[in-house]
Amino acid sequence: MREFRDDLYDLAIIGAGPAGLSCAIYAGRAKLKTLVLEKSMPGGQLLLTEQIENYPGFSEPVSSQELAERFRKQAERFGAQFIEEEVMEISLKSNEKILTTAEERVYKTLSVVVATGAVYKELGVPGEEDFRGRGVSYCGTCDGPLFQGKDIVVVGGGNTALQETIFLSRFAKKITLIHRRDKLRGVKLLQDRIFALSNLEVKWNSVVTRINGKLKVEEVGIKNVKTEKEEYIPTEGVFIFVGIKPQTEFLSGFINLDENGFIVTDETLGASIKGIFACGDVRKDNLKQIVNACAEGARAAVAVEGYLETIK
Amino acid sequence: MVSEITKGNFDEEVLKAEIPVLVDFWADWCGPCRSIAPVVEALSEDYRDKLKFAKVNVDDLPDIASRYGIMSIPTILIFHKGKIVSQVVGAQSKAQFKNILDEALKRK
Repeated sequence: MREFRDDLYDLAIIGAGPAGLSCAIYAGRAKLKTLVLEKSMPGGQLLLTEQIENYPGFSEPVSSQELAERFRKQAERFGAQFIEEEVMEISLKSNEKILTTAEERVYKTLSVVVATGAVYKELGVPGEEDFRGRGVSYCGTCDGPLFQGKDIVVVGGGNTALQETIFLSRFAKKITLIHRRDKLRGVKLLQDRIFALSNLEVKWNSVVTRINGKLKVEEVGIKNVKTEKEEYIPTEGVFIFVGIKPQTEFLSGFINLDENGFIVTDETLGASIKGIFACGDVRKDNLKQIVNACAEGARAAVAVEGYLETIK
Repeated sequence: MVSEITKGNFDEEVLKAEIPVLVDFWADWCGPCRSIAPVVEALSEDYRDKLKFAKVNVDDLPDIASRYGIMSIPTILIFHKGKIVSQVVGAQSKAQFKNILDEALKRK
């Protein structure tokens, strides 16, 4: 049975990662009646790393949990109301946007900011799904300590892959980094740290073809894309960091998404329906960094204010 | 309520329980584990008559974690009459958890 809530919000923010929470801070200060809907715990992808060392204002590394907590408290201080529910559908009723959650509750709002972020992407090779939780992992911070003294493989070459490799090197006996190109994509500072690790070997120009094992991961098959040579590397863990995909399934067919599912916006972060905005990792062409997610959250809040003036 | 498994009470609390038991394998250092903790707590209220809820800290009880081959956390196992009837790896939303629990209860 659907339960309809009477309150009419000025703004509903979907997702409480850095983008959504920053948007809530700015909206709260602008005295907008703001609702934040988050399906699990505030923080988003922030919670997937251990420490943050490139967020301005924290000259020493800050724990990601602490930073997430501070964002949330700050948003609450300015009046944002938090609800732990997953939005399943948005519909329109004249100027109102109607949000229906998994709990079958229905919320009314004049504007929406989508800040649902993204989740890790799979490789899509045989064995990956079968061994998920049996050696295949997408989160070094979550699972690294369970691989103490073991040989593991990391797949990827961007900032996340490098950062996670550095974290994992504390636990693993040996790490084999598998990267499809002949140089890494991550920033120079992380590359320097990577090449200083004593327990790391890099397989350049290589892609994973399959993950084998019986009850758990025992080896990965890799192929050199230049020489076509294939080999098998014995390993107990395969950590995969090959990019992210946006959480926009619930919006498909409703607003414009690009071919990868990211939300297409105009220069004021407006989506293809008036009164619906997007910010952070869920948005097309965005720099996937906390500081940028925050900046976009602020921009979205200001755009919402402007929009509300046109309809009120 | 989610009860904390301690050394020595796993068999009694989980394997010998009359009703199915959901066991949440977690650790302090795992962000997603913390993020699902309130969800699991809320589910334990919603399902209070149908399921028992317990959690195992993999640092404190590595023997139990390795007995069930836990290599990724959070992992949720649902036991019934001593056997695993359902397994979920990784953080899920409350709605996703509900689907999984309802499925497991149907199958038990």
